[in-house]
Amino acid sequence: MCLAIPAVIKLIEDREAEVELGGIARRVSLWLTPEAKVGDYVLVHTGYAINILDQEEAKETLRLLREIAEVAEEEG
Amino acid sequence: MEFCGGHTVTIFRYGIRQVLPRTIAMVSGPGCPICVTANADLDKAIALSQIPGVIIATFGDMLKVPGSHTSLQRVKANGADVRTVYSTMDALKIAEADSNKSVVFLGIGFETTAPTIAASVLQAEEKEIGNYYVLSLHKLCPPVIQAILDSGEVKLGGLICPGHVSAIIGSHPWEFIARDYGIPCVVSGFEPLDILQCVDMLVAQIENGESRVEIAYRRGVRPEGNQQALKLMEQVFEPCPARWRGMGEVPDSGLKLRQEYQRFDAELAFDITLSPAYEPVGCICGDILRGVKTPLDCQLFGKTCTPQYPVGPCMVSSEGACSAYYLYGEGFGG
Repeated sequence: MCLAIPAVIKLIEDREAEVELGGIARRVSLWLTPEAKVGDYVLVHTGYAINILDQEEAKETLRLLREIAEVAEEEG
Repeated sequence: MEFCGGHTVTIFRYGIRQVLPRTIAMVSGPGCPICVTANADLDKAIALSQIPGVIIATFGDMLKVPGSHTSLQRVKANGADVRTVYSTMDALKIAEADSNKSVVFLGIGFETTAPTIAASVLQAEEKEIGNYYVLSLHKLCPPVIQAILDSGEVKLGGLICPGHVSAIIGSHPWEFIARDYGIPCVVSGFEPLDILQCVDMLVAQIENGESRVEIAYRRGVRPEGNQQALKLMEQVFEPCPARWRGMGEVPDSGLKLRQEYQRFDAELAFDITLSPAYEPVGCICGDILRGVKTPLDCQLFGKTCTPQYPVGPCMVSSEGACSAYYLYGEGFGG
């Protein structure tokens, strides 16, 4: 139920944004993330952007996850 | 213990129990808002649906959950106006479009969802939508973990803290668990490798004799959480006691509308009469939610209780432990 999906903001109008979610354009509310900008990745939960994703942290996590996957493959 | 039902699904879907050493046993926690909603509260929602002129707006997960006597899906089939919405914004649009009807939104969810419902109340106030109401059945996660730990029924070596609840509340509200109970805590993301990374961090803390709160899901969670979301939630709601399935009433684990916003409170706006609530005979969802039993201990599991014909909520919800056991296999030594 607490499912939230990352999406990138394409444009902002007032307190709503158009995001791309799996190739589909969708309107989401920015009431909870008023500081969000075009190009930010946000976590979308029930039509609201509930947080702005930290892109540097996301890259670092992806690097770590890739490293774990590589170790798993080597041991595989 | 993984608190969150989303984590439970990842753990089962990707066979994480099988790849972990036998020394690590995963226990599913109460982190599914649908599952922990008490029958007495679900009965209230069903009673509201029977009032002429009332439209019930709800997230789809709630429809099939059996209350004491019937479900929202069954009353909808019998003519009640129950509408599934993706967002509170959709519920507001329904209210705006039909000002002769009263729209009651079922406020079910944890700290992840509560700010979105707070925002909907503020939008209704701003747009002067007078026919929008909320049945506030929200639940707060840290108090219920405390209740589980205080009961002494389960002994936990580590806690996988919910990722998207923590996106709102941050990591600080979990610190009392590490400090007062000596249990390592790590906030996890929802990918299978996120879970493995989290387990690795928990094991490292245990091996080093430490207990603190760490964030593995740093791309989505900051220690301070989302201050704007917390501000809106605190503006509209205040903590209150809440009933949890299987756990009874837990102090300060629910949210009710503050006095300034009471005109949006469905419980105050409508006169609801309820007959006593009861649980289905043989259903052990309450014990499963406390981590005391697993679905394999239930006599109904996979027999009279299946996803097609669920008896208890843990089988209805896609994030319930019974549903995960049923769909992805059983036990695996966990």
